[in-house]
Amino acid sequence: MLEAWEFIMRRPELLAEWVLAHLWIIFVAIIIAVILGVFLGIFIAGKGKEQIADSALYLAEIVMTIPSLALFGLLMLLLGSMGLKSIGFLPAVIALIVYGQLPILRNTYTAIRAVDPAMVEAGRGMGMSERQILFRIELPLAVPVIMAGIRTSIVLLIGIATIAAFIGASGLGVPIFRGIRNARMDLILIGGISVSILALLIDGLMALVERRITPKGIKVGR
Amino acid sequence: MIKLEKVIKVYADGKKAVNEMSFEVDQGELCVFLGPSGCGKTTTMKMINRLIPITSGKISIDGVENTKINASELRRNIGYAIQEIGLFTHMTVGQNIETVPVLKGWSKSQRRERAEELLELVRMKPSEFIDKYPNELSGGQRQRVGVARALGADPPILLMDEPFGAIDPINRVELQSEFLKIQQKIKKTIIFVTHDIYEAIKMGDRIALMKDGKLVQYDTPANLLYRPKDAFVEGFVGADRALKGLQLLRVKEVMSSTYTTANMKEKAEVARERMEKEGVDWLPVVDNSGRFAGGISISDVTGVKSKTVKDVMSPSETTSDINAVLNEALSLMLSSGLKTLPIVVEDNRLAGILTFDAIQEALHEAVRAGGTK
Repeated sequence: MLEAWEFIMRRPELLAEWVLAHLWIIFVAIIIAVILGVFLGIFIAGKGKEQIADSALYLAEIVMTIPSLALFGLLMLLLGSMGLKSIGFLPAVIALIVYGQLPILRNTYTAIRAVDPAMVEAGRGMGMSERQILFRIELPLAVPVIMAGIRTSIVLLIGIATIAAFIGASGLGVPIFRGIRNARMDLILIGGISVSILALLIDGLMALVERRITPKGIKVGR
Repeated sequence: MIKLEKVIKVYADGKKAVNEMSFEVDQGELCVFLGPSGCGKTTTMKMINRLIPITSGKISIDGVENTKINASELRRNIGYAIQEIGLFTHMTVGQNIETVPVLKGWSKSQRRERAEELLELVRMKPSEFIDKYPNELSGGQRQRVGVARALGADPPILLMDEPFGAIDPINRVELQSEFLKIQQKIKKTIIFVTHDIYEAIKMGDRIALMKDGKLVQYDTPANLLYRPKDAFVEGFVGADRALKGLQLLRVKEVMSSTYTTANMKEKAEVARERMEKEGVDWLPVVDNSGRFAGGISISDVTGVKSKTVKDVMSPSETTSDINAVLNEALSLMLSSGLKTLPIVVEDNRLAGILTFDAIQEALHEAVRAGGTK
């Protein structure tokens, strides 16, 4: 423990680099995952798409069960065969996007399906177009739940991103892997504890955001 | 005016929900669609604003076929209220009421003014409620907001699908009466769906009684009650149709407006002499401006020398509005034990009295006349 502290004091810029690299990968991955997941979620929540929805959610669940190490490895080979950069940032981001899908997709789908059908019918009956129903009724009501999904997703990705070091991406996985290879407890601790602290901080931050964007009308009188 | 011509609805599963429905609803009329569940009343209503597409036939509004108008455009000009209300929980009461005005692009001040006006209309204080959220309201208040929202952009037509169906019976009766008062002011063309015969009789200018997707009888409530077309109508109306007729009559049609009163200021002795002369044992008491204040019975004024009526009367607030439906007044008489019910107009001014004898006579008259009234 003491050694870990000494290392941080000695090389703070190294820790900062790992943390920033870690956050950057997650940031890029989550932005894309949110766009994809929310769009797809809205799409599969549409009327008469129950079959597609079931398949999509099932697929996302299966992806979650693939060991992350195996997925990183697979992506490495796949990207390599396509002539793309097979190590480092690109495969790491792609893997994280895939892993981050399920919570966002499922929450978006569930939240939109959970909107009281009476509200949708009232909206339609008063002359709202399908787009207006989506943007004025369904999405505002679904936002807190979608946000909760994004939060779960981010916390999940913070952990998984450490393994990206295995395929040459930077981040807090780097000290962990280096520590394991060289039997350096201090490095493992630095990586591990930093990941935990990061996860807790971001989770707390997201909880605040979630509360802020929950429409007031949903919070009152319940 | 809404006109249905041979309207047919066949669902994808082959079920014929509406079968050659033809009738007209006149401007400013409240038409009730009545019938057991599955009779096609809601389907018929929803074909008017095209929430359900028509299979064949024609529905026209003021001579224009509704399929010729863009669906959203059509719906924005037809108010819509449903049993589940469907208030938008993330919006305030004001924003809910402004829904259609927003869709129609009204200015902010115009919308706000309209929302306040409508809250007044449904008897909710704008300053208190306009910024509240639906979750902060009671069931009855939500239903009022639902009605206000349906009237948002002042549409000439209103579709209401069991709008008071989820409200407890006591509040329901009150909401119905209030809505009738509102309708007297706004004179909209209204389609009102219900399965409740009492509600239908009370609310409807005309009732379209439906069964298995067919129109069985389209008539005034009185004719439906007293001149049922066939056994189904008779059964649906029920054996107690004479009693149901109580809902058709209004207090003002039955009450007597020639009556004796006592004034608060006069001597009790004088009032007693008048009661003896008239042969009554009870008199309503009014103040100098004719406001109802209470009543005196013959025992109150016996042996009370030099006292005024005010000293001996029993103050009372049990009165009925002149526009109330007869069965509400009767039920008030039964529950309060009053044999004579004072009838008042605005400002609590006495306008007449209602007695059991008068009610009995009116009912007898209605049954004998066969509802030609």
